[in-house]
Amino acid sequence: MAEITGAEALIESLENEGVEVIFGYPGGSVLPIYDELYDASIRHVLVRHEQAAAHAADGYAQATGRTGVCIATSGPGATNLVTGIATAYMDSVPLVAITGQVPRSLIGGDAFQEADITGITLPITKHNYLVKDVEDVPRIIKEAFYIASTGRPGPVLIDIPKDVTTDTLEFRYPQKINLRGYMPPKGVDVEQLREAAQLILRSERPVIYAGGGVIISNASSELLSLAETIMAPVTTTLMGKGAFPDTHPLSIGMPGMHGTKYANYAIQESDLIIAVGARFDDRVTGKLESFAPNAKIIHIDIDPAEIGKNARVDIPVVGDARAALSRLTGLVKEEQPRTGAWLDRIKKWKEEFPLQYKRDGLKPQYVVECINELYPDAIITTEVGQNQMWAAQYFNCTRPRTFITSGGLGTMGYGFPAAIGAKVGVPDATVIDIAGDGSFQMNSQELATAVQNNVPVVVAILNNGYLGMVRQWQELFFERRYSATIIEESVDFVKLAEAYGAIGLRVKEPEDVKAALKEAVDSSRPCIIDFIVERTENVSPMVPAGAAINEILDLE
Amino acid sequence: MKRHTLAVLVENKPGVLARISGLFSRRGFNIESLAVGVTEKVDISRITIVVSGDDAVLEQVKKQLNKLIDVIHIAELAPNSSVSRELALIKVGVDATTRSMVMQIVDVFRARIIDVSTDSLIVEVTGSKGKIASIQRLLSQFGIKEMVRTGKVALHRRSQTAADTMPEELQRPIEE
Ligand SMILES: Cc1ncc(C[n+]2csc(CCOP(=O)(O)OP(=O)(O)O)c2C)c(N)n1
Ligand SMILES: [Mg+2]
Repeated sequence: MAEITGAEALIESLENEGVEVIFGYPGGSVLPIYDELYDASIRHVLVRHEQAAAHAADGYAQATGRTGVCIATSGPGATNLVTGIATAYMDSVPLVAITGQVPRSLIGGDAFQEADITGITLPITKHNYLVKDVEDVPRIIKEAFYIASTGRPGPVLIDIPKDVTTDTLEFRYPQKINLRGYMPPKGVDVEQLREAAQLILRSERPVIYAGGGVIISNASSELLSLAETIMAPVTTTLMGKGAFPDTHPLSIGMPGMHGTKYANYAIQESDLIIAVGARFDDRVTGKLESFAPNAKIIHIDIDPAEIGKNARVDIPVVGDARAALSRLTGLVKEEQPRTGAWLDRIKKWKEEFPLQYKRDGLKPQYVVECINELYPDAIITTEVGQNQMWAAQYFNCTRPRTFITSGGLGTMGYGFPAAIGAKVGVPDATVIDIAGDGSFQMNSQELATAVQNNVPVVVAILNNGYLGMVRQWQELFFERRYSATIIEESVDFVKLAEAYGAIGLRVKEPEDVKAALKEAVDSSRPCIIDFIVERTENVSPMVPAGAAINEILDLE
Repeated sequence: MKRHTLAVLVENKPGVLARISGLFSRRGFNIESLAVGVTEKVDISRITIVVSGDDAVLEQVKKQLNKLIDVIHIAELAPNSSVSRELALIKVGVDATTRSMVMQIVDVFRARIIDVSTDSLIVEVTGSKGKIASIQRLLSQFGIKEMVRTGKVALHRRSQTAADTMPEELQRPIEE
């Protein structure tokens, strides 16, 4: 058998894993890999900053359910990936990050562009590798994809010294994986599910609390069946948005800090929380000791370490959400639900405390509503801040994998490259990044990526001239001392778009919103719309950090 | 707070200890002692960790350790069903008059003297944390010049082993 180089083996291994696209940026230590990519079948999308490569791979993964792949050179290229890797780690996104490394003989000597990226990413990867022998390349690639995509998914980093990519080996792609320290749960514990079913049958005020795990395990239809079988209201977290149709009568929207009042009231009054693929994040629970004080808690999660980590749990169920939900439905479907009175109460709360805002001037919420009206099937990505919360509150998702956001890390600058990744993965979808003026500037250089690679995404900037979410906290908790949050007129976004060869539009009046959106989407080119919105609009309702989630502020 | 002794069987690979100690520090777990070494199997190292914390902390420690790919198995060693030892080397300053007093103490503790010079002795003592603390206290009156001690190591009593609780599948390769 003919020998091939480590770089060839790497590309061939990626092809074996079915990789169709890589987001990356070249440099010295990955030159041999890029030379192989030159005529490989895998598409390479050249970004303009490695952080964007990681976010794009993340957006691609969330939109498609496949593992995203990014690549960067050693040293600064690798460290530029770090925020993107941490973002994917917090949101359990399957990602394989490949970094070049200095030749083995130079490692440890502070060589040019050397960084200990496996050391740096230890706490933000599910696992990582430093490849020391070219013979290990196929096995490590195989393991990396397996680890990244199974169990609770997450990023895996592979650091490859340059001389490993030029060494040669007889290539054989392994069939089997032998990882005795890694055994993602296979089935679900039926005994635990029986106990869960008993609790459900006894409950009069259940609430299903669904997180991103439902989307990851493709369990949306199982969730719908369970909810309709037991007639329980469903609250979906930021990461779970899309797991259950926001338009369904049993939907009560998002819980927590900027959740709906009716979701928070329902949780607080509930006698049974059925948590699925959610992790009791502090933004959801508020003050943990007063979270759902009258409820028993069933917690279904594939990661045993999530169970009991934050909240006290009565019935832990370790396993895949999809399998657990379908079995659970089977166990309870013979009984008639007894939630009529409960649903009536929730309906009253919904009528009494709807999400609302004053409709004067150009309101950011209105922009989101227009996007929803015109493009209900779009894939929405978001930046971080008020824009993200308004997107979550006012865009009604009906399908999973259509709301892509940095939930755990809250990374500004995530949404635009994630939109590029999502559009590359699902080319037929309309992809819209609901952005803030501050966040967009953190990765606006990716306009070049979108234009050069012909990836027509729309960036809808809710331009308030502020780092709005921080300004909101300053208004509420720091006597309106707007320290370092005024970013008014930092840049002309229309001209910026045009400078990159994209389309730039500006909207100042509510009546022009829809026309601009249509123009942007119909152009089939990368496009920025600069929506000049009411500057000091706040995200409401709001539960102050550390308060119980029924201690809710209404903000003007 | 309760102390718990864990035997953690890990892949004998570079970097594993860093993964484990990093996990403890970033999650705020308290390590009281840690000892690592190879085992009867060349490809497995055994890390004995003493952690302090309530049952919920212990559970998180075990679960988080289990998430590390290089951790193969974790067994808890309860005090009544296991034996454990620590070892200390203690260099004590002596002169003609105190030398025999030190040697008496060493005898009582069934410790050993492993190095002798005109003005110092090195005492080797194995035993429990408490035993080592006692001899250290007694020897301190003569002036301890230097001291080093290992972490605790422990084994289950009788024929029980840490691997007993390991699921059988762990021994077999996983197929995709
Ligand atoms: C990388 C990063 N830096 C800082 C923050 C803290 N932060 C959270 S929201 C926010 C303001 C975001 O401003 P903008 O993008 O304009 O959104 P707005 O809230 O105005 O909609 C900041 C600075 C963050 N989340 N991410
Ligand atoms: Mg802003």
